[in-house]
Amino acid sequence: MKLELRGITKRFGALTANDHIDLTVEPGEIHCLLGENGAGKSTLMNVLYGLYQADEGEILLDDDVQHFSGPGDAMNAGIGMVHQHFMLIPVFTVAENVMLGHEPTRLGGRLDLAAARAKVREISERFGFDVDPDAVVEELPVGVQQRVEIIKALSRDAKVLVFDEPTAVLTPQETDELMAIMRQLRDTGVAIVFITHKLREVREVADRITVIRLGKVVGEAQPTASNAELASMMVGRAVDLSIHKDPPKIGAEAFVVHDLTVIDAADQVVVSHVGFTVHAGEVLAIAGVQGNGQTELVEAILGVQNRVEGSIRLDGRELLGRSVGGVLDAGVGFVPEDRTDDGLVAEFTIAENLMLDRSTGAPFVRGGTLQLTELERFAEEKIAEFDIRAQGVTTHVGRLSGGNQQKVVLARELSRELRLLVVSQPTRGLDVGSIEFVHTRIVQTRDSGIPVVVVSTELDEVVTLADRIAVMYRGSIVGIVPGDTSREVLGLMMAGEKPAEVAA
Amino acid sequence: MTTATLTPSAAPIVHEKVIVRSLKVPIILDVFAIAALVFAFGIPRRGQSSFRLSTSTDFFQIPTVVLPTVATVVTVAILLVVVAILTHLLVAFSSRGRSPLWLSAVFTVLFLFLFLTWAGADLRGIPIPGLLVGGLALATPLVFGSLGGVLGERAGVVNVAIDGQLLFGAFSAALVGSATHSPWAGLVAAIVAGVLVSWVLAVFALRYWVDQVIVGVVLNVLVGGLTNFFYTKVFAQVPSLNHTTKFDTIDIPGLSQIPIIGPVFFQHTIIIYIMYIAVFVVWYALFKTRWGLRVRSVGEHPQAADTVGINVNRTRFWTVTVAGAVAGIGGAFYTLDSVSKFDKDITQGAGFIALAAVIFGQWHPIKAALAGLLFGFAENLQSTLGIIGSPVPSEFLLMLPYVVTIVAVAGLVGQSRAPAADGTPYIKS
Repeated sequence: MKLELRGITKRFGALTANDHIDLTVEPGEIHCLLGENGAGKSTLMNVLYGLYQADEGEILLDDDVQHFSGPGDAMNAGIGMVHQHFMLIPVFTVAENVMLGHEPTRLGGRLDLAAARAKVREISERFGFDVDPDAVVEELPVGVQQRVEIIKALSRDAKVLVFDEPTAVLTPQETDELMAIMRQLRDTGVAIVFITHKLREVREVADRITVIRLGKVVGEAQPTASNAELASMMVGRAVDLSIHKDPPKIGAEAFVVHDLTVIDAADQVVVSHVGFTVHAGEVLAIAGVQGNGQTELVEAILGVQNRVEGSIRLDGRELLGRSVGGVLDAGVGFVPEDRTDDGLVAEFTIAENLMLDRSTGAPFVRGGTLQLTELERFAEEKIAEFDIRAQGVTTHVGRLSGGNQQKVVLARELSRELRLLVVSQPTRGLDVGSIEFVHTRIVQTRDSGIPVVVVSTELDEVVTLADRIAVMYRGSIVGIVPGDTSREVLGLMMAGEKPAEVAA
Repeated sequence: MTTATLTPSAAPIVHEKVIVRSLKVPIILDVFAIAALVFAFGIPRRGQSSFRLSTSTDFFQIPTVVLPTVATVVTVAILLVVVAILTHLLVAFSSRGRSPLWLSAVFTVLFLFLFLTWAGADLRGIPIPGLLVGGLALATPLVFGSLGGVLGERAGVVNVAIDGQLLFGAFSAALVGSATHSPWAGLVAAIVAGVLVSWVLAVFALRYWVDQVIVGVVLNVLVGGLTNFFYTKVFAQVPSLNHTTKFDTIDIPGLSQIPIIGPVFFQHTIIIYIMYIAVFVVWYALFKTRWGLRVRSVGEHPQAADTVGINVNRTRFWTVTVAGAVAGIGGAFYTLDSVSKFDKDITQGAGFIALAAVIFGQWHPIKAALAGLLFGFAENLQSTLGIIGSPVPSEFLLMLPYVVTIVAVAGLVGQSRAPAADGTPYIKS
């Protein structure tokens, strides 16, 4: 089935998220929609899927104009979507998830689970998926959950399949498998829209590429285009994809984690006997697919996990057992993975956010009163230093873009006397310009002789920043390897394999 | 190296689990075991305790059981100490690190038996069927209320207004039942009343995204005030409007004559038989039908439900409507079965106990109904002991149902998980 979008425009208040976008996807092709975070790709797909109503423009399937008032209409018309955040009910089984919304029933509305299971098995076998229809979704690895999403779309005979940033949660090997599945689907005549901001994947799988910037189509590109060409189209200026980084000047052992075990509220061992050492002037990256214990490890370092065993020593002093305040006072700077929930108070101003972790005394508090002049001066200085684009120090942080929010967090953490910097997912959801900025600041921090721990699920980021890489899998460190280790080896390690050439 | 292909394993992720040896349960049992020892040796009561097991309508009569008080209490107290020690040992040494739930249940039953024996010394004899029948009666509004709660919360709408629904149901049943002289009309009125209250909840929660707990609390106060007003202004002036025809008791032929079971379960009005059916129907509908799958999906992950074409707010609205209807029937019990007139605050906060039963029952209709029965029994134990003249001060016994509720909900629930989207409005961007 041929999909055609004509002049789609979608506004949110003053913001135009999609500005007269045209897009044609032929059956049997993989059409990549390339654009930065916030370029309007997901908005466009939500319009296509009936989740949003377009302000202008029309959607055509095989040259018939469609009117979708909800996802149900889009699905009935043959559009399927594999969402970035899986639209699966965690406590349901695979079969229940697949049948939801078009349930086969027997007499009296009784669910026909047998039919649903058979359907899952049939599709699963057709594509070699190996998915158990009775498995509970939340207990499955993310790669398998994604296959459930695909099965869900196929069970409704989708002829146009949209993949929205599908590789964000996958290991490199799982990504390769997904690409193979996409090709297989294409060869059966399905029209595929593949949304991504990852250049490598685009070049590998796309038949055609449409680039979107700031809500507008800026042009088509060939899969043969180079990374630099695609990146400059996406960003609108020439981009240097690699940052300047001198070889590290490794100092003494500074941060030592030894035999660390973290147990979560459900009594599960989420971090298991983890140990590593970071030297002064070195970046240790902790790589791994989301959900393999990185979050809990970082929380244990900061002191917000309460069932932790082992030891965490910074410059010879034990951090474990200290309160969060005690850990911060010991000189730990921390950039959390979720800046909107854990990093900032959205309803506070930039200035107030900049002093959040220094509310106990001088220079911002004297005798229980805020020193507003001092705070304002400090905030003005940081806004200039970190290039925070905002109207002023009293702008509420919630109104800033993701990149500027992250700069506020960085400014706060880096303007203290640091002995260790821990950053988690530092560039998640940021535009290319901000990514460059954040990466540069992290490297500068390293060069000033501070040990840095970077936790990231993005392999590109890990490779860019790391002097050494520790790979986590299911709560343990699979191995610690040099920063120039090949992606294939890292990918295998992220899946829990320990390649022979990796030393213990 | 060669390009690696790695199929993600479809096997579930199995995390290593640590064994937590929690002393919570053993310590609770210790406290009760010590209390048992106090009953046995500290403040012993002499004489004989008798338990009446049969009623006059039974097929055959089971003779009244008479036990020597001191010997029985001492024996059971020692048994309780043994069970408590056993629990300690199981927690300390067993591979699972905890004692099985049935052991706690055995302990509870034994303790109850000890207490009744002790309290019933030299009295007329404790009527066991009466104790259970009364418990079932007191539990009926709780069970209906908790079913209403389970339905609402499974769909993602917290229903704190259960008490309001019960109260308005009771009021409407009394009014319409009196005016028409038909309990059936009263029952229908109670259902309508429950639905009306839940519609207010639904409109504020689903349309205006007001905090559901706050709406629920406000609704309880509103219904309380409204019914009090009509009680003093209307019912007090025109007493004939507050004198309903009750439902007749229907004895199920055969079943009703079985000793103990018969009088407890099969000599009731239609409302209690509706309750038996309702528990089963709610369970079946939630877990075996298309409707139930959709209700649970909007309560767990409304956006996922939306993306497969399920209208989240419509589903929630109708589920809350059904929940209100069910709770309304529970309200009718007060005025069409229990007593034939409405009284101020006749529910006495039963809706809140029903809410506790929802949580204790882990959002499962059958477990919630059992929790409701437990709470009802605790309440009746208190009044029965008061009537037979037990030595425990009645003011103290008044606490009993609430203590049971708190201990049950706080201490023994373990890890129960509410529907993920419970209480969160679904706002489409």
